[in-house]
Amino acid sequence: MDMQTSLLDRLFSTGLLIDTGVEGLYGRSGAFEDVIARFERLIDAYGGADGAEAMRFPPGMNRAHFETSGYMKSFPQLAGTVHSFCGGELDHMSLLQCMEVGGDWMKDQKPTDIVLTPAACYPLYPTIAKRGRLPAKGGLYDLQSYCFRHEPSNDPARQQLFRMREYVCMGTQDHVTEFRQTWMDRGLEMMAKVGLDVTMDVANDPFFGRAGRMLANNQRDQNLKFELLIPVTSAAKPTACMSFNYHQDAFGAKWGLNLENGDVAHTACVGFGLERIALALFARHGLDIALWPAEVRKVLGYQD
Amino acid sequence: MKQKIRDILAKHGALPVPVDQLAEDSDLYAAGLSSFASVQVMLGIEEAFDVEFPDNLLNRKSFQSIAAITRAVEGLTGSAEAAE
Repeated sequence: MDMQTSLLDRLFSTGLLIDTGVEGLYGRSGAFEDVIARFERLIDAYGGADGAEAMRFPPGMNRAHFETSGYMKSFPQLAGTVHSFCGGELDHMSLLQCMEVGGDWMKDQKPTDIVLTPAACYPLYPTIAKRGRLPAKGGLYDLQSYCFRHEPSNDPARQQLFRMREYVCMGTQDHVTEFRQTWMDRGLEMMAKVGLDVTMDVANDPFFGRAGRMLANNQRDQNLKFELLIPVTSAAKPTACMSFNYHQDAFGAKWGLNLENGDVAHTACVGFGLERIALALFARHGLDIALWPAEVRKVLGYQD
Repeated sequence: MKQKIRDILAKHGALPVPVDQLAEDSDLYAAGLSSFASVQVMLGIEEAFDVEFPDNLLNRKSFQSIAAITRAVEGLTGSAEAAE
């Protein structure tokens, strides 16, 4: 049995995660959710004074915005679309007959206007663009959403539906790269406080195909993405638990985000993989939260 | 070969300036070549010259200038002497 299966099995047997029969689609126990809530309060303690505007979107986004985002150019393999039955009564009868005999009933489902959110910040850009030019001090936003990525796996740190907390910064190049550096420093400090061993490394997104290899190489060459890696199922191959992304003016140009003086805005975001951070804590300190080191429990606000 | 490369750049590069105004060693990224457009150029060149870029050439440097693209294509087609 490999180490990934064994951590997943232990999470199931303690009830921290709940098996649904689909790889990467799990229920969470109250204790698991509580760890995430506490870690989010730690995030608030670091970022709260920055004055970000908080917004919460459901885990589905406007399909037209998804199409504009260009996600299908880069990650077609990860996207999830929402389809529904849109027929009449006769169609319903044939649907039921098809299901009865185990046929391909999904083939007549029609696309809806909703696509599953691939990253918490995706609904933000069109929302901000609609407001007009950014204020003089730029924009800072606080987001959290369940996100979907179609990548079934028995690695508990690679889930298909998971939560991402994000801060997104819009402004000049200097402004947003300073924001990114601030959060890289904060990320290292936060993880040290909760007793996690971390490394920071340059990274790339999982772009699709050979064209994607070139995009990935370009992204690395320009240091556009960094990841904070923490061991979860493997010390040799630690898991990305935070990412720090500088989009240059790509999103600004795509969405029409402009500074007060009319220049195209640069953007950057910092993302926390909340389930991954919780899993890193369980992997490091054990599955019984009562037995976690006193200083870690204190940082997370557990009463002793 | 260089004219063919210029034609591909004009078709796929989505550059804000006319390609024939660019010198051979002009920085294409400075001229406005985006990451996505450079991928389109790469695919266009593969098709036109019937070559496949290996992983070690799939990077920004290979598409930095018309001269750099020419060098890469010459390396892949083995036509360096023929081009002299």
